[in-house]
Amino acid sequence: MSRSLVSLVRVSKTYGRTVAVNHVSLEVGEGEFVTLLGPSGSGKTTTLMLVAGFEQPTGGEILMRGESVVGRPPEKRDIGMVFQSYALFPHMTVFDNLAFPLKTRRVAGPAIAKQVEEALAAVRMSGLGGRYPRQLSGGQQQRIALARALVYRPSLLLMDEPLGALDKKLREEMQGEIKTLQRELGITTLYVTHDQQEALALSDRIAIMNGGDVIQVDSPLALYERPATEFVAGFLGDVNLVEGVAAETDGNLARIHIVDGPEVVTLDEPSLSPGKRVRLTIRPERLEIWTTAPAVLNAWPGRIREAVFHGELVRYGVEVPSRVVLRVTRPFRGPDALLAAGEEIWLASRPEDWRLFA
Amino acid sequence: MRAWSRAGQALLLVGPALILLLAVYLYPLARLLLLSFTGGPDGAFGFGAYGRFLESTVYTSVLLRTFRISLTVTLVCLVLAYPVSYVLSRAGSLTLRVAMVFVLLPLWTSILVRSYAWMVLLQNNGLINQLLRRLHVIDAPLRLMYSETGVVIGMAQVLLPFAILPIFASLRNIDPRLPAAARVMGAGPWRRFRSVTLPLSLPGVAAAGLLVFVQALGFFIIPALLGGSRVITLAMVIESQVVDLLDWSLASSMAMVLLVVTVLLVVGFDRLLGLDKVWV
Repeated sequence: MSRSLVSLVRVSKTYGRTVAVNHVSLEVGEGEFVTLLGPSGSGKTTTLMLVAGFEQPTGGEILMRGESVVGRPPEKRDIGMVFQSYALFPHMTVFDNLAFPLKTRRVAGPAIAKQVEEALAAVRMSGLGGRYPRQLSGGQQQRIALARALVYRPSLLLMDEPLGALDKKLREEMQGEIKTLQRELGITTLYVTHDQQEALALSDRIAIMNGGDVIQVDSPLALYERPATEFVAGFLGDVNLVEGVAAETDGNLARIHIVDGPEVVTLDEPSLSPGKRVRLTIRPERLEIWTTAPAVLNAWPGRIREAVFHGELVRYGVEVPSRVVLRVTRPFRGPDALLAAGEEIWLASRPEDWRLFA
Repeated sequence: MRAWSRAGQALLLVGPALILLLAVYLYPLARLLLLSFTGGPDGAFGFGAYGRFLESTVYTSVLLRTFRISLTVTLVCLVLAYPVSYVLSRAGSLTLRVAMVFVLLPLWTSILVRSYAWMVLLQNNGLINQLLRRLHVIDAPLRLMYSETGVVIGMAQVLLPFAILPIFASLRNIDPRLPAAARVMGAGPWRRFRSVTLPLSLPGVAAAGLLVFVQALGFFIIPALLGGSRVITLAMVIESQVVDLLDWSLASSMAMVLLVVTVLLVVGFDRLLGLDKVWV
């Protein structure tokens, strides 16, 4: 990671007895895109407001470029912010909205016009400077809000669920644009969302938050592949969760008996010993369906209980003896490959795709 | 079919109020309008009454004074109301509820009682003059009663709630994220107010101004009691034409001029800002 621009050191925020943010530590590197991801009430927006300066921490330190900014008001922090509601000034034209931060910085008139034009071009909204926000569509307003937060080249860009108000298609389109723009400008970004897909698509690193705590901070790939807790595993993507009892370990592989289910071979873990109860997860797309018995370590006979067609993929519920039902996601390869409820199949999985939680 | 029944339903709902308005407001108004055109010699139809009204320097100076007082009252109300509305718009719910009672309290008190209370305060030996003399701020009593100053003070106090409420509503309706966004972009308190809060509250200010001005034009009791014979307004002249001089057509023509001016103001305001913005 490059030099850190923002550091949160054991930052807490309590309202009376309610703990909104609990000893959160986080580094955001220069030019990095970091996302705070969590369910509502997890403290992600409060954390963003602490970084913005709208709220002051009740404990800990917030540093920007190594300097404490606790107590410094938002207007003196050199940040740009995109709000979920866009917060465009309704009584100003697009041009005046973008010129506003430049005017507060006493940029000269001709330079303002030039910078505004550049920012509008960057979000592909050139020529709309004379419009009022109410004359723009939601997606256009979103672009203008982004341009307004970037036009003065702040050192840090904060975004609070900026795509929350857009429909799915537009949201995905904007994700691509935000990512491209962020990379081109190299602007350090702290992003808040409850949408895991958005977080995975945009971020260099994601901080998963729950109940005011940061649970795990890592790259999207690492979080998806090596979730530190069951919560992370379940929140980022989908998982099957089963309980089991360790039967046999050899330092390399472990054999675990799934409660009401078959035996599964997983990678061994130091904490594992025979007789120990564990919780296991596997992602639905890591389970394979075979029509004949495959020659792999984990191959179980099963029966399709339900099949739901989603277009690009199909979701199955597969029952394995004696009565564990696992969710399986397979790409849709054409109507011939579609399985119907009641069909007898084989379910296969690799030991390294199972995760163990104590 | 559905549109018809919908229209019928609407008519049924507004019907009673409509009938009342037609009977007790529009009909007398029409009579008044007719009356104002019977001011010629021997009650002939014509603009005679209007001529007598607008050619007399006494009456036109009364008209001018009425406008001057109303305008002053409006400005005083707006200047006093804005800071109050601003504080109220940012107050917590408990503070707001208590403060609102104090804002509305005057509206529940008889205007007559309040006029006499102002007389006690404003007269030459009244509380204000006594206090100022006691503090050696002044030597001779200020002429607060029977002067435009006194009338403006009294009217402003009565009309203040009508200025506070619309301004408060428009301030309360401003999305708090707008000043917040301005703040992130580097704007200090004064710039946030001047560039964001103030312009967004202007429709409320305009509505408040209209509401106060139009009401002030027709004020009678306060100018009569606090201004007396020295500060005669149009409403007082109309009253004396009706009660003392029995010149109903002249009174009608004056009322009509006042009405037309009021309507013009409301229409002009609507053109400029849109009346639908008044109560949002």
